[in-house]
Amino acid sequence: MNDFAYAAPTSLAEATKLLQESSGSVKILSGGTDIIVQLREGAREADLVVDVKKLPELQELNFSATHGLRLGAAVPCAQVYDDTRIAAAYPALVDAAKIIGGWQIQSRASIGGNLCNSSPAADSIPALIAHHAYCEIVGPAGKRNVPVEQFCTGPGKNVLQKGELLVALVFPPDLSHCSSAYERFIPRNEMDIAVVGCGSRVQLNAACDTIEFARIGLGAVAATPKYAQEASEWLAGKPANEDSYTQAGELAKKVATPISDMRGTAEYRTHLVGVLVKRTLTTAVERAKSFKNP
Amino acid sequence: MAKKTVVTAEINGNSTEFLCEPRQSLLEVLRDTLHLTGSKEGCNNGNCGACTVLLNGKPVLSCLVLGVEVEGAKIETVESLAQNGQLAPVQQCFLEGAALQCGICTPGFLVATKALLEKYPQPSEHDIRFHLANNLCRCTGYDKIVKAVQTVAAQ
Repeated sequence: MNDFAYAAPTSLAEATKLLQESSGSVKILSGGTDIIVQLREGAREADLVVDVKKLPELQELNFSATHGLRLGAAVPCAQVYDDTRIAAAYPALVDAAKIIGGWQIQSRASIGGNLCNSSPAADSIPALIAHHAYCEIVGPAGKRNVPVEQFCTGPGKNVLQKGELLVALVFPPDLSHCSSAYERFIPRNEMDIAVVGCGSRVQLNAACDTIEFARIGLGAVAATPKYAQEASEWLAGKPANEDSYTQAGELAKKVATPISDMRGTAEYRTHLVGVLVKRTLTTAVERAKSFKNP
Repeated sequence: MAKKTVVTAEINGNSTEFLCEPRQSLLEVLRDTLHLTGSKEGCNNGNCGACTVLLNGKPVLSCLVLGVEVEGAKIETVESLAQNGQLAPVQQCFLEGAALQCGICTPGFLVATKALLEKYPQPSEHDIRFHLANNLCRCTGYDKIVKAVQTVAAQ
Protein backbone atom coordinates (compact mmCIF):
# COMPACT_ATOMS: atom_id res chain seq x y z
CA MET A 1 0.00 0.00 0.00
CA ASN A 2 1.29 3.49 -0.83
CA ASP A 3 2.19 5.78 1.98
CA PHE A 4 -0.40 8.13 3.50
CA ALA A 5 -0.96 10.20 6.63
CA TYR A 6 -3.75 9.33 9.07
CA ALA A 7 -6.00 11.51 11.20
CA ALA A 8 -8.87 10.60 13.51
CA PRO A 9 -10.72 13.83 14.36
CA THR A 10 -13.12 13.87 17.29
CA SER A 11 -15.41 16.74 16.26
CA LEU A 12 -17.30 17.57 13.07
CA ALA A 13 -15.68 21.01 12.89
CA GLU A 14 -12.22 19.47 13.09
CA ALA A 15 -13.14 16.85 10.46
CA THR A 16 -14.53 19.33 7.88
CA LYS A 17 -11.53 21.62 8.44
CA LEU A 18 -9.15 18.70 7.77
CA LEU A 19 -11.12 17.64 4.68
CA GLN A 20 -11.22 21.19 3.35
CA GLU A 21 -7.66 22.32 4.04
CA SER A 22 -5.76 19.25 2.92
CA SER A 23 -3.89 19.95 -0.31
CA GLY A 24 -3.56 16.40 -1.64
CA SER A 25 -6.04 13.59 -2.12
CA VAL A 26 -8.13 12.87 0.98
CA LYS A 27 -10.10 9.70 1.59
CA ILE A 28 -12.59 9.09 4.35
CA LEU A 29 -12.31 5.87 6.37
CA SER A 30 -15.31 4.47 8.18
CA GLY A 31 -15.29 0.65 8.36
CA GLY A 32 -12.51 0.55 5.77
CA THR A 33 -13.78 -2.61 4.06
CA ASP A 34 -13.87 -0.91 0.65
CA ILE A 35 -11.32 1.88 0.95
CA ILE A 36 -8.46 -0.22 2.36
CA VAL A 37 -8.85 -2.74 -0.48
CA GLN A 38 -8.95 0.08 -3.06
CA LEU A 39 -5.86 1.79 -1.60
CA ARG A 40 -3.99 -1.50 -1.49
CA GLU A 41 -4.87 -2.37 -5.06
CA GLY A 42 -4.12 1.14 -6.32
CA ALA A 43 -7.70 1.75 -7.45
CA ARG A 44 -7.74 4.91 -5.30
CA GLU A 45 -4.96 7.14 -4.03
CA ALA A 46 -4.73 9.00 -0.74
CA ASP A 47 -2.27 11.45 0.79
CA LEU A 48 -4.42 11.65 3.89
CA VAL A 49 -6.90 9.15 5.33
CA VAL A 50 -9.44 10.66 7.71
CA ASP A 51 -10.96 8.12 10.10
CA VAL A 52 -14.45 9.37 10.99
CA LYS A 53 -15.39 6.69 13.55
CA LYS A 54 -14.63 8.95 16.53
CA LEU A 55 -17.18 11.59 15.50
CA PRO A 56 -20.15 11.20 17.88
CA GLU A 57 -22.69 12.34 15.24
CA LEU A 58 -21.58 9.54 12.92
CA GLN A 59 -22.06 6.89 15.64
CA GLU A 60 -25.58 8.00 16.51
CA LEU A 61 -28.33 5.36 16.30
CA ASN A 62 -31.49 7.09 17.30
CA PHE A 63 -34.86 5.44 16.76
CA SER A 64 -38.32 6.54 17.79
CA ALA A 65 -41.67 5.31 16.53
CA THR A 66 -42.84 8.89 15.96
CA HIS A 67 -39.71 10.49 14.50
CA GLY A 68 -38.20 7.59 12.59
CA LEU A 69 -34.58 6.60 12.46
CA ARG A 70 -31.43 8.64 12.46
CA LEU A 71 -28.56 6.38 11.48
CA GLY A 72 -25.05 7.81 11.90
CA ALA A 73 -22.98 7.27 8.76
CA ALA A 74 -20.32 5.20 10.56
CA VAL A 75 -22.61 2.80 12.46
CA PRO A 76 -21.60 -0.74 11.44
CA CYS A 77 -24.07 -3.06 9.72
CA ALA A 78 -24.05 -5.60 12.58
CA GLN A 79 -25.21 -2.92 15.02
CA VAL A 80 -28.08 -2.07 12.66
CA TYR A 81 -29.40 -5.63 12.34
CA ASP A 82 -28.84 -6.51 16.01
CA ASP A 83 -31.27 -3.75 17.01
CA THR A 84 -34.71 -5.42 17.24
CA ARG A 85 -36.63 -2.12 16.92
CA ILE A 86 -34.88 -1.30 13.66
CA ALA A 87 -35.37 -4.86 12.41
CA ALA A 88 -39.12 -4.50 12.99
CA ALA A 89 -39.55 -1.06 11.45
CA TYR A 90 -37.00 -1.12 8.58
CA PRO A 91 -36.78 -4.73 7.38
CA ALA A 92 -35.42 -3.91 3.90
CA LEU A 93 -32.48 -2.12 5.51
CA VAL A 94 -31.87 -5.11 7.75
CA ASP A 95 -32.21 -7.59 4.84
CA ALA A 96 -29.45 -5.62 3.07
CA ALA A 97 -27.21 -5.14 6.13
CA LYS A 98 -27.21 -8.90 6.71
CA ILE A 99 -25.86 -9.76 3.26
CA ILE A 100 -23.15 -7.14 2.81
CA GLY A 101 -20.04 -9.35 2.87
CA GLY A 102 -19.78 -11.80 5.75
CA TRP A 103 -19.99 -11.32 9.50
CA GLN A 104 -16.45 -9.94 9.80
CA ILE A 105 -17.23 -7.32 7.14
CA GLN A 106 -20.56 -6.48 8.80
CA SER A 107 -18.77 -5.85 12.13
CA ARG A 108 -16.94 -2.95 10.48
CA ALA A 109 -18.70 -1.84 7.29
CA SER A 110 -21.27 0.94 7.68
CA ILE A 111 -24.40 1.74 5.68
CA GLY A 112 -23.05 5.28 5.20
CA GLY A 113 -19.80 3.87 3.85
CA ASN A 114 -21.67 1.55 1.49
CA LEU A 115 -23.52 4.60 0.14
CA CYS A 116 -20.37 6.75 -0.14
CA ASN A 117 -18.51 3.98 -1.98
CA SER A 118 -21.31 4.48 -4.52
CA SER A 119 -21.11 1.12 -6.24
CA PRO A 120 -24.02 0.62 -8.66
CA ALA A 121 -24.43 -2.85 -7.07
CA ALA A 122 -24.31 -1.69 -3.41
CA ASP A 123 -26.85 -3.70 -1.42
CA SER A 124 -27.95 -1.01 1.02
CA ILE A 125 -28.80 1.70 -1.52
CA PRO A 126 -31.98 0.20 -3.09
CA ALA A 127 -33.19 -0.44 0.48
CA LEU A 128 -32.45 3.17 1.47
CA ILE A 129 -34.33 4.40 -1.61
CA ALA A 130 -37.30 2.17 -0.77
CA HIS A 131 -37.31 3.55 2.78
CA HIS A 132 -37.32 7.13 1.44
CA ALA A 133 -34.19 7.97 3.42
CA TYR A 134 -32.24 11.16 2.90
CA CYS A 135 -28.58 12.03 3.45
CA GLU A 136 -27.51 14.70 5.90
CA ILE A 137 -24.28 16.22 4.60
CA VAL A 138 -22.08 18.70 6.47
CA GLY A 139 -19.44 20.82 4.80
CA PRO A 140 -17.75 24.22 4.78
CA ALA A 141 -21.00 25.90 3.67
CA GLY A 142 -23.05 24.25 6.41
CA LYS A 143 -25.59 21.47 6.29
CA ARG A 144 -27.56 20.18 3.30
CA ASN A 145 -29.94 17.29 2.73
CA VAL A 146 -29.95 15.08 -0.37
CA PRO A 147 -32.44 12.27 -1.13
CA VAL A 148 -30.58 8.95 -1.39
CA GLU A 149 -31.65 8.41 -5.01
CA GLN A 150 -29.85 11.64 -5.96
CA PHE A 151 -26.65 10.93 -4.01
CA CYS A 152 -24.74 8.71 -6.47
CA THR A 153 -23.73 10.30 -9.76
CA GLY A 154 -21.84 7.41 -11.39
CA PRO A 155 -19.91 4.26 -10.46
CA GLY A 156 -17.79 5.26 -7.43
CA LYS A 157 -18.95 8.89 -7.73
CA ASN A 158 -21.35 10.96 -5.65
CA VAL A 159 -22.45 14.50 -4.81
CA LEU A 160 -19.97 15.02 -1.95
CA GLN A 161 -17.83 18.10 -2.64
CA LYS A 162 -14.40 18.86 -1.21
CA GLY A 163 -14.66 19.34 2.54
CA GLU A 164 -18.04 17.62 2.76
CA LEU A 165 -18.92 14.62 4.87
CA LEU A 166 -21.97 12.34 5.08
CA VAL A 167 -23.09 12.61 8.70
CA ALA A 168 -26.28 10.57 8.90
CA LEU A 169 -29.07 8.86 7.03
CA VAL A 170 -32.51 9.93 8.14
CA PHE A 171 -35.55 7.65 7.74
CA PRO A 172 -39.19 8.68 8.05
CA PRO A 173 -41.21 6.81 10.70
CA ASP A 174 -42.85 3.58 9.63
CA LEU A 175 -46.61 3.48 9.92
CA SER A 176 -49.01 0.65 10.69
CA HIS A 177 -49.50 -1.81 7.80
CA CYS A 178 -46.28 -0.61 6.25
CA SER A 179 -43.26 -2.79 5.58
CA SER A 180 -40.43 -3.53 3.20
CA ALA A 181 -38.02 -6.12 1.83
CA TYR A 182 -34.70 -6.25 0.00
CA GLU A 183 -33.52 -9.14 -2.15
CA ARG A 184 -30.68 -9.57 -4.55
CA PHE A 185 -29.90 -12.24 -7.08
CA ILE A 186 -26.48 -13.88 -6.74
CA PRO A 187 -25.28 -17.21 -8.10
CA ARG A 188 -24.28 -18.55 -4.65
CA ASN A 189 -25.67 -18.38 -1.11
CA GLU A 190 -23.42 -15.82 0.55
CA MET A 191 -20.64 -13.35 -0.07
CA ASP A 192 -21.24 -12.19 -3.61
CA ILE A 193 -22.00 -9.05 -5.59
CA ALA A 194 -25.59 -8.46 -6.65
CA VAL A 195 -26.41 -9.30 -10.27
CA VAL A 196 -29.54 -7.26 -9.55
CA GLY A 197 -30.76 -5.93 -6.18
CA CYS A 198 -34.25 -4.68 -5.38
CA GLY A 199 -35.78 -2.99 -2.33
CA SER A 200 -39.53 -2.43 -2.03
CA ARG A 201 -41.61 -0.73 0.62
CA VAL A 202 -45.40 -0.69 0.77
CA GLN A 203 -48.08 1.06 2.79
CA LEU A 204 -51.37 -0.86 2.87
CA ASN A 205 -54.87 0.37 3.71
CA ALA A 206 -56.51 -0.67 6.99
CA ALA A 207 -58.10 -3.74 5.36
CA CYS A 208 -54.64 -4.73 4.05
CA ASP A 209 -55.98 -5.47 0.58
CA THR A 210 -54.90 -2.31 -1.26
CA ILE A 211 -51.52 -0.65 -1.68
CA GLU A 212 -51.76 3.01 -0.73
CA PHE A 213 -48.17 3.91 -1.35
CA ALA A 214 -45.04 2.12 -2.60
CA ARG A 215 -41.39 2.82 -3.31
CA ILE A 216 -39.09 0.56 -5.31
CA GLY A 217 -35.30 0.94 -5.45
CA LEU A 218 -33.09 -0.98 -7.87
CA GLY A 219 -29.36 -1.81 -7.84
CA ALA A 220 -26.90 -3.09 -10.47
CA VAL A 221 -29.17 -2.16 -13.37
CA ALA A 222 -27.58 1.19 -14.31
CA ALA A 223 -24.54 3.36 -13.57
CA THR A 224 -26.19 4.39 -10.29
CA PRO A 225 -28.86 2.80 -8.08
CA LYS A 226 -32.30 3.82 -9.33
CA TYR A 227 -35.66 4.85 -7.92
CA ALA A 228 -38.30 3.12 -10.05
CA GLN A 229 -40.64 6.10 -9.91
CA GLU A 230 -43.22 5.12 -12.51
CA ALA A 231 -43.69 1.62 -11.08
CA SER A 232 -43.85 2.98 -7.53
CA GLU A 233 -46.46 5.63 -8.36
CA TRP A 234 -48.50 3.22 -10.47
CA LEU A 235 -48.92 0.89 -7.46
CA ALA A 236 -50.82 3.50 -5.42
CA GLY A 237 -54.46 2.41 -5.16
CA LYS A 238 -53.87 -1.01 -6.74
CA PRO A 239 -54.96 -4.27 -5.11
CA ALA A 240 -52.23 -6.04 -3.17
CA ASN A 241 -52.07 -9.08 -5.42
CA GLU A 242 -49.77 -10.90 -7.82
CA ASP A 243 -51.11 -9.15 -10.92
CA SER A 244 -50.18 -5.76 -9.49
CA TYR A 245 -46.68 -6.94 -8.54
CA THR A 246 -46.12 -8.38 -12.03
CA GLN A 247 -47.27 -5.16 -13.68
CA ALA A 248 -45.07 -3.08 -11.35
CA GLY A 249 -42.14 -5.31 -12.30
CA GLU A 250 -42.78 -4.63 -15.99
CA LEU A 251 -42.87 -0.86 -15.35
CA ALA A 252 -39.72 -1.02 -13.20
CA LYS A 253 -37.82 -2.59 -16.11
CA LYS A 254 -38.09 0.78 -17.90
CA VAL A 255 -35.47 2.37 -15.61
CA ALA A 256 -33.05 -0.52 -16.13
CA THR A 257 -30.20 0.23 -18.54
CA PRO A 258 -27.84 -2.53 -17.45
CA ILE A 259 -24.48 -3.56 -18.83
CA SER A 260 -23.54 -7.09 -19.84
CA ASP A 261 -20.61 -8.51 -17.91
CA MET A 262 -19.41 -11.84 -16.48
CA ARG A 263 -22.14 -11.70 -13.82
CA GLY A 264 -25.00 -11.51 -16.31
CA THR A 265 -26.14 -10.15 -19.63
CA ALA A 266 -28.22 -6.98 -19.94
CA GLU A 267 -31.26 -9.07 -20.99
CA TYR A 268 -30.87 -11.35 -17.98
CA ARG A 269 -30.56 -8.40 -15.60
CA THR A 270 -33.65 -6.77 -17.06
CA HIS A 271 -35.57 -10.03 -16.65
CA LEU A 272 -34.39 -10.23 -13.02
CA VAL A 273 -35.84 -6.77 -12.30
CA GLY A 274 -39.31 -8.16 -12.94
CA VAL A 275 -38.65 -11.24 -10.80
CA LEU A 276 -37.20 -9.34 -7.85
CA VAL A 277 -39.80 -6.55 -7.87
CA LYS A 278 -42.48 -9.23 -7.65
CA ARG A 279 -40.70 -11.15 -4.89
CA THR A 280 -39.89 -8.12 -2.74
CA LEU A 281 -43.40 -6.70 -3.09
CA THR A 282 -44.85 -10.08 -2.06
CA THR A 283 -42.62 -10.22 1.03
CA ALA A 284 -43.18 -6.56 1.91
CA VAL A 285 -46.98 -6.97 1.71
CA GLU A 286 -46.88 -10.12 3.87
CA ARG A 287 -44.77 -8.32 6.45
CA ALA A 288 -46.95 -5.19 6.30
CA LYS A 289 -50.08 -7.18 7.14
CA SER A 290 -48.67 -7.96 10.57
CA PHE A 291 -46.70 -4.76 11.24
CA LYS A 292 -48.26 -2.26 13.60
CA ASN A 293 -46.36 0.78 14.66
CA PRO A 294 -46.01 0.50 18.46
CA MET B 1 7.23 8.12 4.62
CA ALA B 2 4.45 9.19 6.94
CA LYS B 3 5.46 9.45 10.54
CA LYS B 4 5.26 6.27 12.56
CA THR B 5 2.76 6.36 15.38
CA VAL B 6 2.93 4.76 18.79
CA VAL B 7 -0.19 2.66 19.33
CA THR B 8 -1.24 1.10 22.63
CA ALA B 9 -3.72 -1.77 22.62
CA GLU B 10 -4.63 -4.75 24.78
CA ILE B 11 -3.59 -7.80 22.78
CA ASN B 12 -4.51 -11.21 24.17
CA GLY B 13 -4.87 -9.70 27.64
CA ASN B 14 -1.52 -7.90 27.62
CA SER B 15 -1.15 -4.16 27.32
CA THR B 16 1.02 -3.82 24.22
CA GLU B 17 2.72 -0.84 22.65
CA PHE B 18 3.89 -0.88 19.06
CA LEU B 19 5.11 1.51 16.42
CA CYS B 20 3.49 1.49 12.99
CA GLU B 21 3.02 3.45 9.81
CA PRO B 22 -0.56 4.49 8.93
CA ARG B 23 -0.51 2.25 5.85
CA GLN B 24 0.30 -0.91 7.82
CA SER B 25 -2.59 -3.26 8.44
CA LEU B 26 -3.31 -4.79 11.81
CA LEU B 27 -2.41 -8.15 10.23
CA GLU B 28 1.05 -6.88 9.28
CA VAL B 29 1.56 -5.47 12.75
CA LEU B 30 0.47 -8.72 14.42
CA ARG B 31 2.63 -10.95 12.25
CA ASP B 32 5.68 -8.84 11.44
CA THR B 33 6.03 -6.50 14.41
CA LEU B 34 4.57 -8.52 17.27
CA HIS B 35 5.45 -11.97 15.87
CA LEU B 36 1.95 -13.28 16.52
CA THR B 37 1.90 -15.41 13.38
CA GLY B 38 -1.28 -17.36 14.19
CA SER B 39 -3.39 -15.00 12.05
CA LYS B 40 -2.73 -15.98 8.45
CA GLU B 41 -2.51 -13.85 5.35
CA GLY B 42 -4.67 -15.58 2.75
CA CYS B 43 -6.07 -13.16 0.21
CA ASN B 44 -5.17 -9.84 1.90
CA ASN B 45 -8.29 -8.22 0.48
CA GLY B 46 -11.10 -9.24 2.81
CA ASN B 47 -12.41 -12.34 1.08
CA CYS B 48 -10.96 -15.36 2.84
CA GLY B 49 -11.23 -14.79 6.61
CA ALA B 50 -7.89 -16.44 7.46
CA CYS B 51 -6.77 -13.30 9.31
CA THR B 52 -9.89 -13.02 11.51
CA VAL B 53 -9.30 -11.56 14.97
CA LEU B 54 -11.66 -10.15 17.60
CA LEU B 55 -11.59 -6.36 17.87
CA ASN B 56 -13.40 -5.27 21.04
CA GLY B 57 -15.16 -8.65 20.94
CA LYS B 58 -16.33 -8.38 17.32
CA PRO B 59 -14.87 -10.59 14.58
CA VAL B 60 -13.03 -8.51 11.97
CA LEU B 61 -10.59 -9.12 9.15
CA SER B 62 -7.23 -7.85 10.39
CA CYS B 63 -6.09 -7.24 6.79
CA LEU B 64 -8.87 -4.61 6.53
CA VAL B 65 -8.01 -2.81 9.77
CA LEU B 66 -5.20 -0.27 9.98
CA GLY B 67 -2.79 -0.75 12.85
CA VAL B 68 -3.26 2.92 13.84
CA GLU B 69 -7.00 2.36 14.20
CA VAL B 70 -6.68 0.01 17.20
CA GLU B 71 -5.40 2.59 19.68
CA GLY B 72 -7.05 1.76 23.01
CA ALA B 73 -8.80 -1.34 21.61
CA LYS B 74 -8.91 -4.91 22.86
CA ILE B 75 -7.70 -7.53 20.40
CA GLU B 76 -7.87 -11.31 20.67
CA THR B 77 -6.03 -13.53 18.21
CA VAL B 78 -5.97 -17.32 17.87
CA GLU B 79 -3.00 -17.29 20.27
CA SER B 80 -5.40 -16.36 23.09
CA LEU B 81 -7.36 -19.63 22.82
CA ALA B 82 -4.98 -22.22 24.29
CA GLN B 83 -4.19 -21.61 27.97
CA ASN B 84 -1.09 -22.98 29.72
CA GLY B 85 -0.40 -25.40 26.90
CA GLN B 86 -3.95 -26.77 26.98
CA LEU B 87 -5.98 -26.48 23.80
CA ALA B 88 -9.33 -24.70 24.11
CA PRO B 89 -12.40 -26.95 23.59
CA VAL B 90 -12.96 -25.41 20.14
CA GLN B 91 -9.41 -26.32 19.10
CA GLN B 92 -9.76 -29.84 20.51
CA CYS B 93 -13.01 -30.38 18.58
CA PHE B 94 -11.52 -29.14 15.30
CA LEU B 95 -8.55 -31.47 15.83
CA GLU B 96 -10.57 -34.54 16.80
CA GLY B 97 -13.18 -33.91 14.11
CA ALA B 98 -10.47 -33.54 11.43
CA ALA B 99 -11.99 -30.16 10.57
CA LEU B 100 -8.87 -29.06 8.76
CA GLN B 101 -6.53 -30.21 6.08
CA CYS B 102 -3.83 -27.74 5.11
CA GLY B 103 -4.65 -25.60 8.15
CA ILE B 104 -4.23 -22.12 6.66
CA CYS B 105 -7.89 -21.20 7.24
CA THR B 106 -8.07 -22.80 10.71
CA PRO B 107 -7.00 -19.86 12.93
CA GLY B 108 -9.64 -17.67 11.28
CA PHE B 109 -12.31 -20.35 11.71
CA LEU B 110 -11.39 -20.85 15.38
CA VAL B 111 -11.60 -17.14 16.18
CA ALA B 112 -14.89 -16.71 14.26
CA THR B 113 -16.29 -19.79 16.02
CA LYS B 114 -15.38 -18.35 19.41
CA ALA B 115 -17.34 -15.20 18.55
CA LEU B 116 -20.23 -17.26 17.17
CA LEU B 117 -20.55 -19.35 20.33
CA GLU B 118 -20.49 -16.23 22.49
CA LYS B 119 -23.40 -14.82 20.47
CA TYR B 120 -25.26 -18.13 20.00
CA PRO B 121 -24.25 -20.77 22.59
CA GLN B 122 -26.55 -23.25 20.80
CA PRO B 123 -26.28 -22.29 17.13
CA SER B 124 -28.41 -23.91 14.45
CA GLU B 125 -26.67 -25.22 11.35
CA HIS B 126 -27.95 -22.13 9.55
CA ASP B 127 -26.39 -19.87 12.23
CA ILE B 128 -23.07 -21.68 11.84
CA ARG B 129 -23.03 -21.50 8.05
CA PHE B 130 -24.20 -17.85 8.02
CA HIS B 131 -21.62 -16.63 10.54
CA LEU B 132 -18.74 -18.61 9.06
CA ALA B 133 -19.53 -17.64 5.45
CA ASN B 134 -16.67 -15.12 5.45
CA ASN B 135 -14.17 -17.92 6.20
CA LEU B 136 -13.14 -19.81 3.11
CA CYS B 137 -11.63 -23.28 3.15
CA ARG B 138 -10.38 -24.80 -0.09
CA CYS B 139 -9.76 -28.30 1.34
CA THR B 140 -12.44 -29.66 3.65
CA GLY B 141 -15.80 -29.02 2.01
CA TYR B 142 -16.99 -27.40 5.29
CA ASP B 143 -19.08 -30.29 6.65
CA LYS B 144 -16.41 -31.36 9.12
CA ILE B 145 -16.01 -27.75 10.25
CA VAL B 146 -19.75 -27.40 10.83
CA LYS B 147 -19.77 -30.71 12.74
CA ALA B 148 -16.81 -29.61 14.88
CA VAL B 149 -18.66 -26.41 15.81
CA GLN B 150 -21.78 -28.43 16.66
CA THR B 151 -19.67 -30.75 18.82
CA VAL B 152 -18.09 -27.94 20.80
CA ALA B 153 -21.50 -26.26 21.23
CA ALA B 154 -22.92 -29.50 22.62
CA GLN B 155 -20.19 -29.75 25.29
